[in-house]
Amino acid sequence: MAKRKVAVIGAGMTKFMHRALETPKELAWLAARSALAASELKLKQIDCVVLGSAPDAFDGVHMKSEYLADGCGAWRKPFLRCYVGGGTGVYAVAQAWFQVASGMFDTALVVCEEKMSTCQPHPQAAFLTIFDPITEQPLKPNLLWIFALEQTRYMETYGITVEQIARVSVKNKRNALNHPAAQLGAKLTVKEVLASEIMAWPVHRLMVSPTSDGAAAIVIAAEEVARRVTDKPIWIQGVGWCLDSAYWTNRDLAYPEYVEKAAWMAYRMAGVKEPRKEINIAEPYDPFAYKELHHLEGLQLAPKGQAPKLLADGVFERNGDLPVTPSGGLLGVGNPIAAAGMMKICELYWQLRGEAAKRQVPGKPERGVAQAWGDLMQVGTVVVMGTKKPE
Amino acid sequence: MAERIAIIGIGFSPLEPATPACSFKELVFETAQKAYADASVRFDEIDSFVTCAEDFNEGISIFDEYTPDQLGAVQKPMHTLTQDGLHGIADALMQIRSGIAEIVAVEAHSKASNVQTPDWILDYALDPVYNRPLGFTPHAIAGLEMNRFLSRSGITGSQCAQVVVKNQRNARCNPLSAYPLDTDLAQVESSPYLAYPLREAELAKSADGCVVVVVANEAKARKAPSQPLWILGSGFATDSPTLESRDWSNAEYARLSARAAYRQAGIKSPHEVDFFEVDDTYAYKELQHLIALGLYDKPAKAGRAIEAGETRQDGKMPANVSGGALGMGLALEASGLYRVVELVLQLRGKAGERQLSRAKIGLAQSWRGVPTTSGAVVILGVEPPRG
Repeated sequence: MAKRKVAVIGAGMTKFMHRALETPKELAWLAARSALAASELKLKQIDCVVLGSAPDAFDGVHMKSEYLADGCGAWRKPFLRCYVGGGTGVYAVAQAWFQVASGMFDTALVVCEEKMSTCQPHPQAAFLTIFDPITEQPLKPNLLWIFALEQTRYMETYGITVEQIARVSVKNKRNALNHPAAQLGAKLTVKEVLASEIMAWPVHRLMVSPTSDGAAAIVIAAEEVARRVTDKPIWIQGVGWCLDSAYWTNRDLAYPEYVEKAAWMAYRMAGVKEPRKEINIAEPYDPFAYKELHHLEGLQLAPKGQAPKLLADGVFERNGDLPVTPSGGLLGVGNPIAAAGMMKICELYWQLRGEAAKRQVPGKPERGVAQAWGDLMQVGTVVVMGTKKPE
Repeated sequence: MAERIAIIGIGFSPLEPATPACSFKELVFETAQKAYADASVRFDEIDSFVTCAEDFNEGISIFDEYTPDQLGAVQKPMHTLTQDGLHGIADALMQIRSGIAEIVAVEAHSKASNVQTPDWILDYALDPVYNRPLGFTPHAIAGLEMNRFLSRSGITGSQCAQVVVKNQRNARCNPLSAYPLDTDLAQVESSPYLAYPLREAELAKSADGCVVVVVANEAKARKAPSQPLWILGSGFATDSPTLESRDWSNAEYARLSARAAYRQAGIKSPHEVDFFEVDDTYAYKELQHLIALGLYDKPAKAGRAIEAGETRQDGKMPANVSGGALGMGLALEASGLYRVVELVLQLRGKAGERQLSRAKIGLAQSWRGVPTTSGAVVILGVEPPRG
């Protein structure tokens, strides 16, 4: 469909952590530099820079893109920051993809950064300002509450238990033990997850991703450049994004239609007709344990309400039929919002090149999907990547 | 040859110092309706949507949550850019050329009247580690830059003041203006210093408004009922955001943006462009931006040109005939799109009493204000691009 083929040719990230000593600019530069080094391109060979970063309130900087520009390597370059809340990390790849696919640029450096620890005492306070100032803010809502609502609706609709959902935390935090940049890798049992404090029923503490500081970046290039610099380009086969209404209270929270639409946009572009047969590896967004299952259904990788059963059957383990979140995800590696989505893209890149070391899934995966989600349970962003050049 | 892309419809509201009668959602809804009617498209025929907005200006975090409903973008590809509206047009152009969309709507608005402490908000744009603790108003950056610019270019403070007179007088012929004034030079030059040598009267005052632009590929543009205006070139660039390492005399971002746009448009000399709509957030910025666009071989000529009236409506290089931000009002992220509104009206021959006799190619340029060094350029033409 697209006129030019585009590939990822390098990826890099910082360690995800609580209270990084680096400034936001420094975090952005550490990730940008390691992605550049991996691509073996020099900064002067980069035609444009795309930044993904979530609310300005976290870093506490107005016009955050302008502040971060030189940290991202954008000095005297075309530079812009795209933004779809929590979905930004994966969306930024779609943004950079069409910038290169359009023919306007041959190479792009895509940087995602978030420093949440500057928000004191806890970034949860900044989340109050994401709600409608007239109809919702007076109720003093909190992200945990609205996601508890969504989880309850999901469980109620399909008869899912909290134990089934707790398995996601067990799997992802265990996977993260093998990720050198992870913040919260752990060996846990379902019992231990359920013994952790209830934040807002049915959400337990160990079913929530942490707040984090960190950055991740990739370099993408048009076919001519990609072929020149690497033997193993990882092609961007499809991109999709979809934003639903701000009136989340009017939506059936049991199923994320917007993720389905974004997924089909990306699958159509990638020529994927039967996602469950044609996707070898998935990195769905898992800021809360239930979200991974919810998103796998939206991504058409599990029938509605069936993802918990497939998880229990071991399908989503690193050596299962469809490895899901082999990185360790947001629950294990950490959740510096936009950078967490980009971390998933980096993971696909490493997995598809066979460079994921201890996290490597067996069987030489050929195609993977990464997805992020955000806003008021409202946006789906999807990227399909693979070892084969798209048609 | 790159695919031809055109603006097929535009909607805009008049700029006003305050708009207490409507919310931003109502403002955007009404403006989108006008744009879609002008383009003769239904909202569900639009493939993708872009909003340009900044969280702190809106007073809502993750503002992109509130963008889809009033544009008819629910369950559609839609994203936000935290940039000026002209970046949004470049974004739409790239989406269409990549093949994922045929029609894209770009929206930007200003509800600046809702911001009770704009200078405090702006203070949060300063580097939190190195600059913010020094406790200075960000407008002082403009004062410093103007001082450097005057000393390097040989332009005088009085020549900058004449930009205010020209633009506010021009604004009297523009019904969209929030601040049309019969200003004279003495009034500007007697206004107190905001940050030496910058005077209070040389700072554009903010206003509320909204612009929606519908951009389409050639096939769709040929079918549009309103006259399509072809995007001949677009560029955007960022210089150093760090105060300690930037070029304080030249608008490098404007030069780089213009260079990319001229190249795409096949424009060898800026004199091929009939008129300019450039950022004039501060009066000296209009001159600095015109220099960066390559209009003068020596910077000092920009000063002499304003004195000689070359940039007036009847001059040889009209600039900000609309009244610019000094006359129309500064519209946050929509500032660049108000420059495009003037381009569209002039190129369609619908600019009323300020209509230029020759208007075939126009250039719009934006800047994101202090403390940034980011800007964009869009060139529009009546005739489709050559080749």
